[in-house]
Amino acid sequence: MLKINAAKCDLCGICKDVCPFGAIDIKKDKVEIGDGCRLCSACIKKCPKGAIEKAEEEEKEEPRINKDEWEGILVIAECTGGKAHGVTFELLGEARKLSNVTGHNVICAAIGCGILETAEEIAHFGADRVIAIDSPELSKFRADIYTNVLEELIKEIKPSTVLIGATAQGRSLAPNIACRFKTGLTADCTSLEMKENTDLVQIRPAFGGNIMARILTTNTRPQFATVRYKVMDKAKRTDEKSCKVETFSPSKGALHSGIEILSSSFSKEELSISDAEIIVVGGRGVKNAKDYEMIKELATLLGGQYAGTRPMIEAGIVHYKRQIGLSGRTVRPKLIITCGVSGAIQFTAAMNASEYIIAINKDPDAPIMKIANMAVVGDIYEIIPKMIDRIKRGVS
Amino acid sequence: MKICVCIKQVPASNKIETDEKTGVLKRAGTESKMNPYDLFAIETALRLKEKFGKDNCKVTAVTMGPMQAKSVIREAFMMGVDEGYLLSDRAFAGADVLATSYTLSQGMKKIGGFDLYICGKQTTDGDTAQVGPELSEHLNIPHASWVRSIDNADERGIEVTVELAEVTQKIRMNYPCLITTEKDIFQPRLPSYRRKLATEDREVRVLTLSDMPDNNEDHYGMSGSPTKVEKIYTPKDDKSRVVIEGDSDHAAGEITKALYARKFI
Repeated sequence: MLKINAAKCDLCGICKDVCPFGAIDIKKDKVEIGDGCRLCSACIKKCPKGAIEKAEEEEKEEPRINKDEWEGILVIAECTGGKAHGVTFELLGEARKLSNVTGHNVICAAIGCGILETAEEIAHFGADRVIAIDSPELSKFRADIYTNVLEELIKEIKPSTVLIGATAQGRSLAPNIACRFKTGLTADCTSLEMKENTDLVQIRPAFGGNIMARILTTNTRPQFATVRYKVMDKAKRTDEKSCKVETFSPSKGALHSGIEILSSSFSKEELSISDAEIIVVGGRGVKNAKDYEMIKELATLLGGQYAGTRPMIEAGIVHYKRQIGLSGRTVRPKLIITCGVSGAIQFTAAMNASEYIIAINKDPDAPIMKIANMAVVGDIYEIIPKMIDRIKRGVS
Repeated sequence: MKICVCIKQVPASNKIETDEKTGVLKRAGTESKMNPYDLFAIETALRLKEKFGKDNCKVTAVTMGPMQAKSVIREAFMMGVDEGYLLSDRAFAGADVLATSYTLSQGMKKIGGFDLYICGKQTTDGDTAQVGPELSEHLNIPHASWVRSIDNADERGIEVTVELAEVTQKIRMNYPCLITTEKDIFQPRLPSYRRKLATEDREVRVLTLSDMPDNNEDHYGMSGSPTKVEKIYTPKDDKSRVVIEGDSDHAAGEITKALYARKFI
């Protein structure tokens, strides 16, 4: 909680103006901080009188754990249909970078049924230990028993950090397992850093705005984070395996599930803009579904995929599987052309690792223009048809 | 049959602008609304109520937040929800996912427990999609995230279709259990003016820390939250870039030239 030092405060109102949550009210003779306060500290930094401070109580908080008892980074490999999900290799690459700071192990756990071969393959990606948890009950993802077996594994190996891909499955599993250890979980991280004391700095766009937050789990272990697909660099495959595959047998009780799988099938129409090399994306500047056709046409001409921003999905113009953004997919194509997209952080965080970004927007000050390699100031309704025409005629 | 829907009040606009010179955050307005994904959760509960019959099923909405969050419960009443609770206490403020879901679970226990818990897939302000699954863990019940359709529901359990990106699962869980619903599982009904009038006097019950089965303050809000925000900042831009201005012929030419040069065409 924040405290206002009434003796220093002159009711200037700057804190109220800078509060991103509208939580501060200036009363006649005092400043009131309401329930909306998220302790972001914006007001503390901007107060010209230094009159706002964080209450003492959290300063004196003692660590609840001995950090030395927890060591290493555990990566959970998502194994579907006989192979590890692509995010697994990115997590392994990232885990190695993080572990270079502490010198601790990178351990990868593969959960499923008949996954020994998958685990052998994972062992080519530089982990210090690869552990397979292989059981018929685990053949299909069920959050409750996946949580149970992971709990047993984590209690045995005591990793300091656990990284899980922010896939649909990972985002169902991670909260369950983090909650079981009554510890912190940061969703959908876009960047990670490791401190020497094994505290993991988890960075993600926050509060639905154009801001990033650095989040720490300082007093509990393990620290859980889910990590966006297509954000981190993949580990390199080596011909030699970096370790032998071990197996881990969970207890019988751990495999008792309250979820009965009636059927399971690979989703039809596996459209994946995540894997596209060229993407053309329409944003709010595209007024309706009919106008969106030119986005599709341009994408098709370039041999790429078309996509949309959140407002386009909410307006029903673009299918949700084609949404780029934190609530949609992350993409990392060789080329992305954004058309009438302003560039809110939820969008840019999910595409700014693209190799070449061309942004077309009327507003030269739109955030997207700052991250674009080529920022084109102009009207998409004029420029795109002319581009289509030139490409069709084969002229530049 | 007792169904609980968890809802949240979120800022009406999630636009935050930053003053380039000072780096100060500016939030456009402080208006709020119901988290749009929660409308699908409420609609799912109401459809189930229609299926079970209104005398056999009660739908309760629960939210946590400041007193003004009562308005989302009122909105739920206008859609057809039977009763509503607001969990509100200064001690709950500053909660992360673990503390939020714990507070909700304590509230649910106080209210008496439910057969089925329904949450929206995520909120538009936090965007974590984690509170639902963590709530199920606190309640020690199974959950299914990303539910795309309700295939069957009887007195003992529910059958749903779950979308896990590459895999689609049809599963069955017995009560009590928790689901989080995908957008578009059903078309949410609009709040009705008739129900607004009819529910004007209906009480939104408020539960505070002292009402909770566990009223140790340290388990709630900021102090019950293992994650701490160390710092908030605006991202830097460090890419080299070219700016193309001028008429549309020139712009279209420059873009296509770049596409050829980089062998995209």
